Amino acid sequence: MELLSLHYDVSGTDFTCAGEASSKIKRNLKELGFPTSVIRNVAIAVYEGEINLVIHGGGGVIDVEISPECISIVLADQGPGIPDVALAMQEGYSTAPDNVRQLGFGAGMGLPNIKKYTDEMIIESEVGKGTTIKLKVFVK
Amino acid sequence: MDTYFHSVRLDKDKCRGCTNCIKRCPTQAIRVRNGKAVIIKERCIDCGECIRVCPHHAKYASRDVLSQIEDYKYKVALPAPALYGQFNNLDDVNIILNALPSLGFDSVFEVSKAAELISEATRIYMQQNTHIRPLLSSACPAVVRLIRVCFPELVDNIMPITAPVDEAGRLARIKAVQKTGLKPEEIGIFFITPCPAKVTAIKQPIGIEKSHVDGAIAINDIYPLLLKAMEKTEEADELKALHESGVIGIGWATSGGEASGTLHDNALAADGIENCMKILEEVDRGTLDSVDFIELNACQGGCVGGSLTSENPFIAKSRLMKLRKYSPISCNHLGNRVLPSELLCTSPVEPCDDVMKLADNVAEAMARMNRMKELLKVFPGLDCGTCGAPSCRALAEDIVRGYTTEHDCVFRAREELQELDSNESLDRFIPAPFREKKD
Repeated sequence: MELLSLHYDVSGTDFTCAGEASSKIKRNLKELGFPTSVIRNVAIAVYEGEINLVIHGGGGVIDVEISPECISIVLADQGPGIPDVALAMQEGYSTAPDNVRQLGFGAGMGLPNIKKYTDEMIIESEVGKGTTIKLKVFVK
Repeated sequence: MDTYFHSVRLDKDKCRGCTNCIKRCPTQAIRVRNGKAVIIKERCIDCGECIRVCPHHAKYASRDVLSQIEDYKYKVALPAPALYGQFNNLDDVNIILNALPSLGFDSVFEVSKAAELISEATRIYMQQNTHIRPLLSSACPAVVRLIRVCFPELVDNIMPITAPVDEAGRLARIKAVQKTGLKPEEIGIFFITPCPAKVTAIKQPIGIEKSHVDGAIAINDIYPLLLKAMEKTEEADELKALHESGVIGIGWATSGGEASGTLHDNALAADGIENCMKILEEVDRGTLDSVDFIELNACQGGCVGGSLTSENPFIAKSRLMKLRKYSPISCNHLGNRVLPSELLCTSPVEPCDDVMKLADNVAEAMARMNRMKELLKVFPGLDCGTCGAPSCRALAEDIVRGYTTEHDCVFRAREELQELDSNESLDRFIPAPFREKKD
């Protein structure tokens, strides 16, 4: 069966557009008829990832591959990379700048939330090159 | 009975088949087919946006006419608090309430009275149900229908408390039966409504089996009659003191009134259908889990912005602020701080999650979405509406659902014409604004 792939470019310069891609992905998943719990998990994980692309990654791309059994998401940027992934995964650890925190973001819950709402999470990051996060949510 | 009752209707003779309504509809429930608008009944939430935007007045709200009250032996008017904001230089709500009987009503029961009880019930419900956050108000029927269709996953957040108009209807009937000794069905309870969504909610309620209200008469239908009656009432020596509600009750007419009636500072109020959708997106995303109560009104400004009102909502709001000044905070109380079961909804709000689905099963829906992707590559992406759908994406959706074909797109038609006549430029067939720029 033919899989369904969706591609989104995320701008790193316009913070007001953050969240648009995850909204579109959520709408598509609703139209495809996935269970509510699956849609919510994907939507939250992608939203957190998208915010990270904007705040830290200087923009990037989101690719979603959909099959009836599994939704795979790849978030990739060419930003500064994460020096210590284990540290970044800790709840409350944040390197977000003050202006972003003033908007209520950057609480250090982004990556932990992504982990919480997905079944598989792989972070590939190289300092100076960028970060790629691969996620899977299974349809149970 | 038809599964879908809708107050919002189309007058085909007046419809010119323009694109105003299709672009404005929040649930993309309107298409233009064969030169006339068609409302997709599964999607329509009776918000009345199309009534407001149609330049030809082809959209209208079906409602009851005043003469229908004659079907009943005893007639009760339920004025919405929004009614109080419709009159210039009004300094006493009692003038309206004393004038209403001269239109044929035997008595009057203010919806704002019931609203104060609902506010109290909301406070109790919030305290007792701390596990559901945020709680969404159930008062605006267009919002409840919007949630069912576009945010079906949020139906459990809707507070299962009846709307003020229903509680007012219930109490008014009890009172009338006690007073007259008539049978309940001989009493006619009529809501003086600011909006079509309330008409729908009365004819086809959600959350309760049958509405306590028998009919709905539009504010703007009775406005001229009432204005005349009020002039006479004002001249009369004595006004009966019928106004029995305070700041909270009248506050329900405008956005923020219901939220402030919770006497809770962790509440939020949004108005206007697009703003409501943005807030529901946030709720869906989980970013508002720490907010206790959310009031949403489909109309801008709240009920005073309803499409069946006479006055500009901002003017009405300003008048209501003046009217309720020096009023008691609330005149109606539940008493023993217990939530009466009569105020609770008797049936759950069912999600309508099938409406937006592309197909019954995921595999078929995926195939259809892949086809939509292909179509969107060849559509111009202008969302011009000339095809009768509100956007290129909506046309693609209609095509994969089998409702129409890509020939509806004028730009696709242009390309097909060019294939027939390959020596000619494409641009010959389209209006100047859409032609490609030549160097």
